[in-house]
Amino acid sequence: MQQETSAIWLALEMVLTGEHDLIEIVGLSLQVSLTATTLACAIGLPVGALLAILRFPGRGPLLVLVNALMGLPPVVVGLLVYLALSRSGPLGFLGLLYTPSAMIIAQTILIAPIVAALSRQVLEDLHGEYADQFRSFGLGPIQTISALLWDGRYALLTVALAGFGRAVAEVGAVIIVGGNIDHLTRVMTTAIALETSKGNLALALALGIVLLSLALIVNALVYGLRLTATRAAYA
Amino acid sequence: MTKTFVSILALTFAASAAHADIIVQSTTSTANSGLYDHLLPTFEEKAGFKVNVVAVGTGQAIKNAENCDGDVLLVHAKPSEEQFVADGFGEMRSDLMYNDFVIVGPSADPAGIAGSDNAQAALQTIAEAGALFASRGDESGTHKKERALWSDANIDPLAGSGSWYRETGSGMGATLNAAVGMGAYALTDRATWLSFGNKGDYNVVVEGDEDLFNQYGVILVSPEACPSVNVEEGQAFIDWLLSEEGQAAIAGYQLGGKQLFFPNAGS
Repeated sequence: MQQETSAIWLALEMVLTGEHDLIEIVGLSLQVSLTATTLACAIGLPVGALLAILRFPGRGPLLVLVNALMGLPPVVVGLLVYLALSRSGPLGFLGLLYTPSAMIIAQTILIAPIVAALSRQVLEDLHGEYADQFRSFGLGPIQTISALLWDGRYALLTVALAGFGRAVAEVGAVIIVGGNIDHLTRVMTTAIALETSKGNLALALALGIVLLSLALIVNALVYGLRLTATRAAYA
Repeated sequence: MTKTFVSILALTFAASAAHADIIVQSTTSTANSGLYDHLLPTFEEKAGFKVNVVAVGTGQAIKNAENCDGDVLLVHAKPSEEQFVADGFGEMRSDLMYNDFVIVGPSADPAGIAGSDNAQAALQTIAEAGALFASRGDESGTHKKERALWSDANIDPLAGSGSWYRETGSGMGATLNAAVGMGAYALTDRATWLSFGNKGDYNVVVEGDEDLFNQYGVILVSPEACPSVNVEEGQAFIDWLLSEEGQAAIAGYQLGGKQLFFPNAGS
């Protein structure tokens, strides 16, 4: 119990004093995971929408595959990205290993399937409701997809948050491709892993509390945004 | 599409790549004990470039360096380091500093080895008593040393794998956390132990054996094997570490009034 109590005090102290290192680490965590979420949405939403409205042979197995990829182990993604970006790998010439870009790439790969699979389900349900209407308007696939994405935007926001949550919480991928380098690629989760391995359990837990608060703030902001938007729509 | 995306990312970060910062593939003990936090600010200010440390086990550090993902290798497993140079991946290996390994255990001391200065005898007693022992199990420098000690003691600990011999397959700190959690003995370098924050009722039980000597070496990754190596900067860092100033800086690092690393370049 002692560890937990001192962790809460430590967390408060770190946040209130606005320690420079902490701000840097929190900033990089947000930068990497929000960028990865944006890229994953740019890839995953169209894929999810296409899977929702198109019917083609082999669709069933493809859906199973995309759903299964939601369970991609971060450490495996990290390893694959490491092998690709390593100087001895096919993309080594880019010199991206041990940079925030490498971490963004890894997290994008990790969460794009989550965005695709969840949005596919959301949009397919929505499409079932509106399919007749769309057909009567004579909408083409691109128009149908845009209409679906717009109509499902609030549910899709939750999908994006699920992706962000997964990205900001994972440690396995970023520690391999980022290297947990101080002042360069250290994020919240790798800092927590480091403090745990130093045996500074209270400090590690305090960082965990800060990370959780961060996720709370992001979710609260999105929730607030959504409330305001809904009110405006019905005003 | 992917290609454009990757090249945009590459361009975004090309600015930072233009600086000749270097990457040091290093062992966890030097990083976790805070040595780099002590050394690097002084050096970076003088040199005008950054030293980025990737701290992993010695085995992984060597693998990463062989993949050309580093400019300098700073680890502690002399035979593996010499192999690295012999295989053409490194220019030259230099002794840098040393400290020693210790065996730590719970104050209950189930094998009754506390106070011993004979690592071999202590390990034999642990094996005979079937007392729990937590091994790194990760091909790190400490793991290689531990296996050498078992083999000198003519014991195959893997026979007890899963029962009294517990291979954690993780870093030194994680292994110490696990050892403290289950009441197992463990081999650790002294620097990590002194800076470790979760000691519980653990103490050093075996120390002072010549076999527990722990030598650190530093190697520039060969530009012939890896054209991406920043030779000038990497060599400047190594030269500084081996210089009088660098050696004095290493000797000056203390934790709780205790010196953690003892410089011995050129000896």
